[in-house]
Amino acid sequence: MSQWIDVCNVDDLVADAGICAWVAQRQIAIFSLPKINGVFAVDNLDPFSGAQVLSRGMVGDLGGIPMVASPMYKQHFNLETGQCFEDQTLRITVYPLRIHQSRIEISL
Amino acid sequence: MSMKQTLIVIGNGMVGQYFLDTLVNSGLTEQYRIITFAEEPRPAYDRVHLSAFFSGKSAEDLALVNEDFFAQHGITLYLADRVISIDRQQKQITSAQGRVMAYDKLVLATGSYPFVPPVNGRERPQCLVYRTIEDLQAISAAAATSSIGTVIGGGLLGLEAAKALRDLGLETHVVEFAPRLMAVQLDDGGGAMLRRKIEALGVEVHLNKNTTLIEAGQDCLNRLQFADGDSLETDIVLFSAGIRPRDDLAASCQLIQGPRGGIVIDNQCRSSDADIYAIGECALWNGQIFGLVAPGYAMARTVIADLQQQPASFSGADLSTKLKLLGVDVASIGDAQGKTAGALSYCYQNEAAEVYKRLVVSADKSRLLGAVLVGDASNYAQLLQYCLNGMTLPDNPESLILPVAANQPAALGVEALPASAQICSCYDVSKAQVCEAVASGCCSLPELKQRTKAATGCGGCAGLLKSVLDNELTKHGVAVSNDLCEHFALTRQQIYHLVMVEQIQTFDQLLSRHGHGLGCEVCKQAVGSILASYWNDYILKTPHIGLQDTNDNFLANIQKNGTYSVVPRIPGGEITPDMLITLGQVGKKYQLYTKITGGQRVDLFGARLEQLPLIWQELIEAGFESGHAYGKSLRTVKSCVGSSWCRFGVDDSLSLAIELENRYKGLRAPHKIKFGVSGCTRECAEAQSKDIGVIATENGWNLYVCGNGGMKPRHADLFATALDTVTLMRYIDRLLIFYVRTANRMQRTSVWLENLEGGLSYLRQVVIDDSLQIADSLEQQMQHVINSYQCEWKTTLENPQHLQRFRSFVNTDQPDQSLAFIEQRGQSFPAPSLPVKHFPIIEEVA
Repeated sequence: MSQWIDVCNVDDLVADAGICAWVAQRQIAIFSLPKINGVFAVDNLDPFSGAQVLSRGMVGDLGGIPMVASPMYKQHFNLETGQCFEDQTLRITVYPLRIHQSRIEISL
Repeated sequence: MSMKQTLIVIGNGMVGQYFLDTLVNSGLTEQYRIITFAEEPRPAYDRVHLSAFFSGKSAEDLALVNEDFFAQHGITLYLADRVISIDRQQKQITSAQGRVMAYDKLVLATGSYPFVPPVNGRERPQCLVYRTIEDLQAISAAAATSSIGTVIGGGLLGLEAAKALRDLGLETHVVEFAPRLMAVQLDDGGGAMLRRKIEALGVEVHLNKNTTLIEAGQDCLNRLQFADGDSLETDIVLFSAGIRPRDDLAASCQLIQGPRGGIVIDNQCRSSDADIYAIGECALWNGQIFGLVAPGYAMARTVIADLQQQPASFSGADLSTKLKLLGVDVASIGDAQGKTAGALSYCYQNEAAEVYKRLVVSADKSRLLGAVLVGDASNYAQLLQYCLNGMTLPDNPESLILPVAANQPAALGVEALPASAQICSCYDVSKAQVCEAVASGCCSLPELKQRTKAATGCGGCAGLLKSVLDNELTKHGVAVSNDLCEHFALTRQQIYHLVMVEQIQTFDQLLSRHGHGLGCEVCKQAVGSILASYWNDYILKTPHIGLQDTNDNFLANIQKNGTYSVVPRIPGGEITPDMLITLGQVGKKYQLYTKITGGQRVDLFGARLEQLPLIWQELIEAGFESGHAYGKSLRTVKSCVGSSWCRFGVDDSLSLAIELENRYKGLRAPHKIKFGVSGCTRECAEAQSKDIGVIATENGWNLYVCGNGGMKPRHADLFATALDTVTLMRYIDRLLIFYVRTANRMQRTSVWLENLEGGLSYLRQVVIDDSLQIADSLEQQMQHVINSYQCEWKTTLENPQHLQRFRSFVNTDQPDQSLAFIEQRGQSFPAPSLPVKHFPIIEEVA
């Protein structure tokens, strides 16, 4: 059973880009892709560089799959599953997200 | 351990040095101790491009060998020491400085000397020749007090010498005995067109002139008296009436010589003494002296093979040439004058465009025997292949020289070339070698050049090389796709064009009209850069935010731990003590690690997102501007103090550097752009390693283009000389916008130029001669960029909405606690975290 945690306002999202939130001692990257009505939450930690930077990556799609590219070394991650495109063994955590009364809520 | 034999090479000119280079690579140094004698005071230099000495290149620039070469390979080099005799019985040589050395094998690469016709008065003052750097220095010294210079000899070398005189600012004349210029290589039509073009450049040509006497002049130092009664006043007389082999050494030891000189050699390049070889211009093969480097190189390779006891034989050389004389393209192939029995000719002459082309074909019109090209030598490589490989001509051979109509390209398919076809004649690279290099992984022109050396000599075969490369890649199933990415089946250049033509202002407009999907970091950045170059909007305006990489997005440079570095602009590297103090205070206050950059500015590291606006508020109040270190844009203009302080300074490089930096700051481009401005040829600002380099000379600014340091360093090419500041900026405006419009994404100017069809001369035509008639449009666009410049940090600080994004977290003001620092040498560094892994650079294209 999931418990929704209030994070921020919908207006805080930046279209076709990411923001970072501090939720329960974790850094969460949240991306807005308005062309597909998608808002995604993933772990902010870039597993390749070890830096908390994924929220500052560029978004788009590869073969129709929504993705974020790490701003450090440009590896791509599937925003729906967290799977890394370049390394099958790597997957970052994705978090359920919903919009409730103009607020972004996620579940850990 | 067996004793090494001794190999002595006499002469360290271009062929002598090529012999040593090849020798070193052959492994023969295991077998031989190598000694070489050079009569000149410096090791080998590029005699082919000697006239570049007068357009800004120094003796060092012309050097073909670096100082370490000899030591590194254990070769003993004696400079400024001439070998004066050979004792074949004792097998030893004696030098002018008294060195006596025994040899097992001897290689004569003594070259040639300029022929001075036996004219009375030829020893008068300022009657000079043109062969060595010392000759150039003498010409240079004479030019300082002269106003008119005359070359005697209208051949290939004579016209090169005429260019030198013209570059020295002299009124220049060429006097030729024959009824046409380049009598050996051209026919009458070609010679006439060349004359017309050269005279348009201000060089006066006198044909059918037999000089009978040189005497004291009235207005000038000298006067030439001709057999037909005419005379010509001139200060300098430069003899360039052909070359004669340096065979005096051979004569002294009774090696067989030709009736008109030259050391007779066989097909293995052996003289009449089997232990003595002769190569290059001193050698006479089959009654012929070869006055070009390529046959000399071929002889050198033959000797190496012979020393290795491998079968090899020199079998003559094709004397076809393509060159640029006084800026005019001239080429001659095979039987250019149609002397073969039954030969037929096709001529194309366009007086308006000043182009002359002639094909000489066999009686049955199936084979190309020769060609002359003046004014446009672009199909030289293609014609040469037809000629050398005996390939069957198309039914209408004239199509090869007629202007190509858009719907009927007459190009020779490279597929039709045999594997043995020589692609590069300077370095003897065959099609088979190129194909092999492609098969082993060379997928780009620069890689191919580096691997095979093809197209790195005169560069005339670059277009052909590219065609072979593309053809091979296609055959290997490598799609030669220049598509930007999966979202746009367009090149960057096409997208740029669409943005211009359709006046597209946002990525979404472009995507909906010409692309599909959501885009990715590749196309978004490329389009973001194009939009920024063209419109020069504030890059963080809402529709553009998602197009910027993190550096542009936060106007700072991301570092390994996710913090950023800050680089304010310090134009030309000039900074007041007060501003320097501000940098120190800011660095101290925010505990930033500080370092001086290679571009003469200060980098402040370790700023968190939320600190960036605070830091910039202080910097802007102190008068700093954004340094654009985060952008693919103009970075720095490095300079020396020039004539403002330096006792050697020729011009005020510092003021120019500051002016250039302020002019071009903010210009976004396919990749970063760096400038350098030096106040004299000592070149302290290292301008020749920059995208745009400027060096002061007494005659004005010399402009160098398309150099860079970095992963693959490239020296900049000399683009134009003796410019005033206005012309200099006009050229830079045009060149930079042309680069911005036509380069691929992440392509620096160096790689752009390497891939530009037509290379440097094409770039000169576009920028200097305005051959595409786009100069106005290029300048206007640059003017727009200059007029619409804004400091991106100033704009950001004025806008609370943009500032919102500069915080570590959207839902709390607390800083990012995960960042840890350690102290070293009194400053703050990122604490080591994960084990260091090295990642391939996905992004840089060089």
